[in-house]
Amino acid sequence: MLFLTVLATGIALVPLASILVYVTIKGLPALNWEFFTQLPKAVGEPGGGLGNAILGTIILVLLAAGIALPFGILTGIYLAEFGKERLAFIVRFLCDVLTGVPSIIVGIVVYSTVVLTMKRFSALAGGIALAIIMLPLVARSTEEMLRLVPRSLREASLALGATQGRTIRSVVLRSALGGIVTGAMLATARVAGETAPLLFTALNSRYWPTGLDERIASLPVYIFTYSTTPYEDLHRLAWGAALVLVSMVLGTSIAARIAAKKVNGGK
Amino acid sequence: MAVKIKVENLNAWYGRNHVLKDINLEIEANKITAVIGPSGCGKSTFIRCLNRLHEVVPGARVRGHVWVDGQDLYAPGVDPTEVRHRIGMVFQKPNPFPTMSIFENVAVGVRIHGLKPETKLEDIVERSLRMAALWEEVSDRLYTSGASLSGGQQQRLCIARALAVEPEILLLDEPCASLDPISTLKIEDLLVELKENYTIVIVTHNMQQAARVSDYTAFLINGELVEYGPTPEIFTRPRDKRTEDYITGRFG
Amino acid sequence: MNKGKDIFFLQVTRLAALSIVFIILVMAYELFRGSELAFGRFGLGFITGSEWDPVHGKFGGWPLIYGTLVSSLVALALAVPLSLGTAIFLAELAPSWLREPLSFLVELLAAIPSVVYGLWGLFVLVPWLRDVVQPLLGKTLGFLPLFQGPPLGVGMLAAGMVLAIMILPIITAVSREVLLAVPQSQREAMLALGATRWETIRRAVLPYGRSGIIGAIILGLGRALGETMAVTMVIGNRPQVSASLFDLGQTIASVIANEFSEGFDKLHLSALMASALLLFVITFSVNIIARLLVWKVSVSQGVSRE
Repeated sequence: MLFLTVLATGIALVPLASILVYVTIKGLPALNWEFFTQLPKAVGEPGGGLGNAILGTIILVLLAAGIALPFGILTGIYLAEFGKERLAFIVRFLCDVLTGVPSIIVGIVVYSTVVLTMKRFSALAGGIALAIIMLPLVARSTEEMLRLVPRSLREASLALGATQGRTIRSVVLRSALGGIVTGAMLATARVAGETAPLLFTALNSRYWPTGLDERIASLPVYIFTYSTTPYEDLHRLAWGAALVLVSMVLGTSIAARIAAKKVNGGK
Repeated sequence: MAVKIKVENLNAWYGRNHVLKDINLEIEANKITAVIGPSGCGKSTFIRCLNRLHEVVPGARVRGHVWVDGQDLYAPGVDPTEVRHRIGMVFQKPNPFPTMSIFENVAVGVRIHGLKPETKLEDIVERSLRMAALWEEVSDRLYTSGASLSGGQQQRLCIARALAVEPEILLLDEPCASLDPISTLKIEDLLVELKENYTIVIVTHNMQQAARVSDYTAFLINGELVEYGPTPEIFTRPRDKRTEDYITGRFG
Repeated sequence: MNKGKDIFFLQVTRLAALSIVFIILVMAYELFRGSELAFGRFGLGFITGSEWDPVHGKFGGWPLIYGTLVSSLVALALAVPLSLGTAIFLAELAPSWLREPLSFLVELLAAIPSVVYGLWGLFVLVPWLRDVVQPLLGKTLGFLPLFQGPPLGVGMLAAGMVLAIMILPIITAVSREVLLAVPQSQREAMLALGATRWETIRRAVLPYGRSGIIGAIILGLGRALGETMAVTMVIGNRPQVSASLFDLGQTIASVIANEFSEGFDKLHLSALMASALLLFVITFSVNIIARLLVWKVSVSQGVSRE
C-alpha cells in the first residue's frame, strides 16, 4: 500500500517536473537582451521581443493590486471585527462565491460594463477585471490573519483605553501585518498569470504601453496568441514569455511562503 | 499465583525525554493491577509499552523486555500487530468509530483478524456486549450509530470492542476519567467480573478507585517505579515515604 | 475627536465590504441582461439544442454542456486516485522530514498559470498523445467507442488530462487537511485492535474523513468546470457531441474564450452570455455543495490543527 501511495505522489509530480523543465529548456534560448527591450516584429521578420508585454503585465498587476488591496484589506478588517453581523455572513459567503467564478466570466462582465461604457479596450478595464479576481482572496486571507491575533492583545489595548478603531489600526494590524502582506503577495502572483479576464478587456497591443485608457500588451495573452499560430518563431517567443511569467509567479509565491514561515516562526 | 507479564528493565523515551526509567515488575495473571502516580509520571506511557503502542508516535523509543507467558514482546521479529491482537486497550476518552454501527464497532476487530471457521459474527458480538454489560441496553439497536450512546455506554462499547478479539490481557488508560460516578461504578464492577478471565492493568489518577478495584498497585513518580505490591499494603502500610505522601494527598 | 475618527474608520470598512456585494450584483445583472435575447429566442431549447453553429445563427448549448461535463469527468477519473494516494501519503505515511517539501511541491502545481499549462499541453502533451498514447489505446482498447478515431493529439482526452493535472493540487491539499484533522484517538483505537497501518487508514481514517474528501473532490470538479485557457488550447474547439475521447470538443468556458471576440452578431453575443450564465450557475452550485461538505466535517468533528 505504501508503494501505491508513493507511486501516486510520484506520478502527480511528474507533470510539475515536465512543465518546469520544458519551460526552462525551451524558454531560455528565447531570452536575450532583445527579448526584454524590443517590441514584437511583424510575422516573418526576424528578431523582436516582448518588452511591451513584460511591462504591460507589471502595469496591469500593479493597477489591480492598487484597486484590490485597499478594498480587500478593509473588507478583511470588517469581516474580522464584525464577523457576527448578518452582513458579514453575506459578504463572506459572496467572497467564496466570487472566488469560484471562472475568470472568463469576470472578463466578459467587465467587458459589458467598463469596456462598453468607455467605448474602448483599456488597461484600466484589464486592471479592474484582475482586481475583481484578487479582491476576495485578499479579503479572506486578511480576515484569517487578523483572527489569528490573540484576543489578549486586543483586550490589553482596549484596557488601556484605546478605542476599537485605534486598537485595530495600531495593535491588531501591526501584529498581523506579515501575514496580510503574504496573502497580498500570493493573490498578486495569482492574477499575474491570468489570461481569460484580459482577453476582452485589455485585449493586447503591439506597442509600448501608452496610457491606462489604451489597450495594453501582457505576457499571458501573448503566450496564448503566439502558441496558437503556426509560426516556429512565435512559439519560441511564447516559451520565453512563459519562462518569464512562471519565474515571476513562482518567484513571488515562493518568496511569500518563505516570508510567511519567518513571520510564523518568529511568533 | 502465576505471573502473566514480566516487565524487565523497561525504558522509554519521547525524543530526548527519558520518560520511563528502568521499570521492573511482575503482573499477576487474572488480577487487576492499578498504576497510580502524579500527572506526568509516565503511567500512560507505561501501559502503552505493554501493547507496543508507545512506539507508534514519531520520535518514541523503547528499550527493555516485556515477557508475556515467557515470550518477549520486544524480541526482534515480533509483529507489533500480533502483540496488540493479544493485548487489548481501552482509552481515556471513549472513542467508538462514529461511522460504524454498534454492531460494526464490536465486529471490526474480528474482521481484521478473520473469523474463525465455525463461528458466527453475530454470536461473537453478542457475547462481547454481554461481557461488557451492555447487551441489554443496545440489543434492540445494534445497527444504529455508536455515537448515539451515553459516555458510560460508549466506554462499555469500547470494552466490548476490545474483548471481541479475545485478548488475554486488557489495558485500561484512565477509562473512567470522563465519566459520571454511576457509569464509573458500573465499569468498576465490570472489571472485577472480567478479571476471572483476563489479566487487567488499569491506569488511574483516582486513588479511591485503585483502592476499591485493584489487587496490586504500582506507584510511579517521574518515570521511576517507587513502590509495587498488594493494594491493601500500599494503601495502609506503604514502605516508601513518597508513596505515603502521595496517598495522603500531600502532593499530586 | 478620536471617537469620531474611529466610527468613520469602522464605517469605511463596512463600505469596502459592500463592494463585494456590489460586484456580485452587477455580475448577475449583466449576465441575465446579456442572455435575455438568446433565451428569449430559444427558450429552454438553448440548453437542449444540439447544434452550435454561429454562422447560421443556431445556438444549441448541449454540445458545450456535454464537453464541459465529459472533460471534467475525465479529469476527475484521472485526478482523484492520484490525489487521494498523494494525500494519504502526505498525511499518514510519509516520514516527517518529507512532508513539508512534498506538500510544497504539490502546491507549486497550483501556482502555474493556466496559459502555461495550455502551452505545455499543446507542445508536449499533445504530441505525446498523438504519437504514443492514442495509438496504444486504439490498438488495445479500440473496441470501446471511447478510444476510436484517428489519433489527433488534441481533443477531449488532452483536455481531460490537462484539467486533471490542474485540479490535482486542490483535491490533494483539502483531502490532506481532512485526513490530518482525523483525531489521533481514532487511529489508536484501530491500532490497539491489532490493525496494520494500512488497515487503520482504510477502516478508521478514510471513513471518518469521507464527507470532507468528497467535498475536496467536488471542489476540484468546480475548478475543472470553469477552467478556460488550458482547455481552449488543447480541446480542438469544435462544438460537437462524440462518444470518443479522441475526438475534438468544446466546453462552455472555451467557446466563450474562442468566439467572444469575433462575435458575429447580437444573437451570437447573447448566446455566449447565456452560456456564461449557465456556467456561472453550474460552478456556483457545485462550489456551494463542496463547501457545505467540507464545512460539515470541520464543524461536527472539531477542527484540530496538529
